[in-house]
Amino acid sequence: MAYDLKLRVWRGDATGGDLGDYTVEVSEGEVVLDALHRVQATQAGDLAIRWNCKAGKCGSCSAEINGKPRLLCMTRLSDFDPTDTITVTPVRAFPVIRDLVTDVSFNYQKARELPSFAPPPRDADGKRRMAQVDVERGQEFRKCIECFLCQNVCHVVRDHEDNKEAFAGPRFFLRYAELDMHPLDTHDRRELAQGAAGLGMCNITKCCTEVCPEGIKITDNAIIPMKERVVDRKFDPLVWLGSKIGLRAKDDEGRTEV
Amino acid sequence: MSESRHPMTGNEMSGDAAGGMERHQYDVVVVGAGGAGLRAAIAAHDAGARTAIVCKSLLGKAHTVMAEGGIAAAMGNRWPEDNWEVHFRDTMRGGKMLNNWRMAQLHAQEAPERVMELEDWGALFDRTDDGLISQRDFGGHKYARLAHVGDRTGLEMIRTLQQRAVALGIDVFMELTVTDLFQDDSDGTPKISGAFGYWRETGRFVVFEAPTVILATGGIGKSFKVTSNSWEYTGDGHALALRAGAHLINMEFVQFHPTGMVWPPSVKGLLVTESVRGDGGILKNSEGERFMFDYIPEFFKAETADTVEEADAWYEDKKNNRRPPELLPRDEVARAINSEIKAGRGTPHGGIYLDIASRRTPEFIRKRLPSMYHQFKELADVDITKEPMEIGPTCHYVMGGVEVDPDTQESAVKGLYAVGECSGGMHGSNRLGGNSLGDLLVFGKRAGEYATTYAQSLGDTRPAIDESEVKAAERSALAPFEVEGGENSYTIQSDLQQSMNDLVGIIRTADELEQSLKEIEDFKLRAKEMKVEGHRQYNPGWHLALDLRNMLVVSEAIARAALAREESRGGHTRNDFPGPDPVWGTKNLVVSLNEAGDGVELAEKPLPVMPDDLKTYFESK
Repeated sequence: MAYDLKLRVWRGDATGGDLGDYTVEVSEGEVVLDALHRVQATQAGDLAIRWNCKAGKCGSCSAEINGKPRLLCMTRLSDFDPTDTITVTPVRAFPVIRDLVTDVSFNYQKARELPSFAPPPRDADGKRRMAQVDVERGQEFRKCIECFLCQNVCHVVRDHEDNKEAFAGPRFFLRYAELDMHPLDTHDRRELAQGAAGLGMCNITKCCTEVCPEGIKITDNAIIPMKERVVDRKFDPLVWLGSKIGLRAKDDEGRTEV
Repeated sequence: MSESRHPMTGNEMSGDAAGGMERHQYDVVVVGAGGAGLRAAIAAHDAGARTAIVCKSLLGKAHTVMAEGGIAAAMGNRWPEDNWEVHFRDTMRGGKMLNNWRMAQLHAQEAPERVMELEDWGALFDRTDDGLISQRDFGGHKYARLAHVGDRTGLEMIRTLQQRAVALGIDVFMELTVTDLFQDDSDGTPKISGAFGYWRETGRFVVFEAPTVILATGGIGKSFKVTSNSWEYTGDGHALALRAGAHLINMEFVQFHPTGMVWPPSVKGLLVTESVRGDGGILKNSEGERFMFDYIPEFFKAETADTVEEADAWYEDKKNNRRPPELLPRDEVARAINSEIKAGRGTPHGGIYLDIASRRTPEFIRKRLPSMYHQFKELADVDITKEPMEIGPTCHYVMGGVEVDPDTQESAVKGLYAVGECSGGMHGSNRLGGNSLGDLLVFGKRAGEYATTYAQSLGDTRPAIDESEVKAAERSALAPFEVEGGENSYTIQSDLQQSMNDLVGIIRTADELEQSLKEIEDFKLRAKEMKVEGHRQYNPGWHLALDLRNMLVVSEAIARAALAREESRGGHTRNDFPGPDPVWGTKNLVVSLNEAGDGVELAEKPLPVMPDDLKTYFESK
């Protein structure tokens, strides 16, 4: 079943680079990362690739394969015809460090800007109680492996570098939604999601959902409900009146705005 | 944030050191950002230490994300009769009584509160019907005891700790590898004075001036060909500790997890969680026989079902039935699988069958084992709700590690601590599933606190770094670039992995272990001549060359200890000494670096003596 695979791999750094051609022997059941490792071991010892678990669980090996954002370790060679040339390039939304490795610090920066979980005290017996059905909403979002493919594919930053300042991206809308839906959280982050994180800039083209290797319904289950909750607060005339005349806002469920 | 921040990490750099050495001062430097490292850093920060986390990969990518099953903690949410004493007993028996009793006790006592803390920090565990944290069954645990999130508990744990560390504003140095530790022995007692490392991104060197270093670097699995471990598991902490003058114990005990994927070849070794068996999966050979009933050892006979009827009834009625033999501790199950394959009753791809499809509904399987479903579907074209999985043993965990004080986690070197997989003692000769994540949390917190206490006790008189040591560390890190014409690091690593797999694997003999020591000597010579192409910027060939040094010394430690221990116990099975030997059951093998610094040597040391009140848990009833 072994055959010679033709690979084109982007080599270079921040100052520029080019596609390099490599031919490597590959065998049945292998993934693109296997082929790249073989290039590394036999032809280009210094080929830079970021990877860890090789099992689709750590989200390190994001790249673009024939222009599509994918995980290198979860893209099977059997998805391609043996005569196809496979082209691998670094993710486009982030600056290149070297070869297939990019500077993803944008994401770590945005993570720091997000107020963390704020629970009430534990129950009298020292435990906390939540219903399975309630934790499941947040659990879907916590499947996120932080591969940042959703960030990479989102046109708000992919095509408009200058939006990065004001836009946290789908990965962090997930996080806002997760905290907002957490049965015990005491903070109200809607204002922040809309303002500082730029939720309003998302126009729900669902590109993020399409590339998510964990199959998280980012747009339908996180972004749209979050947008609805922002709208409820911002534009509900009763809430508006309530806050104007000094009554507690009706839809804050006892949460404190941050 | 000042301008001199690292673009990748946001860490502050000393901008005035242009072309010079970047330097940082901390009270506590934690090496490794898996569960143990993050928990240690949080504890140190909370205790008031200036704390740094230094990790080889990006934050949140550590091997802890691969942990699937859960965190063992006697919270009693499903079984009120569960308590720390039962957990302690299970842990010691699972480790065949070779555990450091004090660590096993502390772990069992403190794990429940460590799990609750994760919930305080935002973890979303699966729930029981009355809303408490759910607990699932696992091998070797008397009661359902593992707090879990589907089969991705490790991801939940690391994300929770990562988000906590970020919220606290702890400095993180990502993609920075530590290659040397510094010590000050000006008063005759060597004390940690700092650490040396390089940024993967730029190849530039960094010096950390700190009186304490907590090693939380994980395991050694990458020395073996078939492993569930990621590339990072090159025994860095084990090797750093040895070179600093600390000792390793229990290095002969390597856990081969019974269920790794065997096909396709590219994912051979990838973990299949024990939860598959905890949730009803059974093991069958190619003749369709449920063979585990033939492999119940005397030690566990009293608590293991000996008929299919009783084993199956256990899932519904645990009070009146004994556990199925598929849920024996991992060493027993791995050996049984190995024997079946060797006897010619293996599957087409050289494994055996793990079947849950014929025993549970597709809905149940997809709900309880989502990542397993996904993993087999994506990587092997197998639908585990319809057909059995093919699995076989895979190198998963090293019980051995740095010998530490059980309460403080401090090694023999003042200021040097070790936690998690790179420490030794807690798990004895075999670790129970679920006890790793608890270990990380319990001892991570302890190390962080004790390191802080020590650092603060020093006041302003900090151990100093000798500049000649910095120069030496620099030369040592750059040495692979000096060589011309040798082999590359990938070839040597691949040969080492094959050799360890063949000669120091799940079943061992004196001949093969002696052969492996000869081969390791040969690899050491080849490594001296190893060449690196390219330059220092994000160069994986260079990174591997440096990691390989650690892999070699750790491999030698394993092979030497395995040759010396002439018995079979837990994760160490000798064909030429098939049973446990009560004399060997009273002592540890302690590994140190030899005088010349080019190899390791062994010493025997009696186990710490368990107090009488704890001994009563093991007296037959």
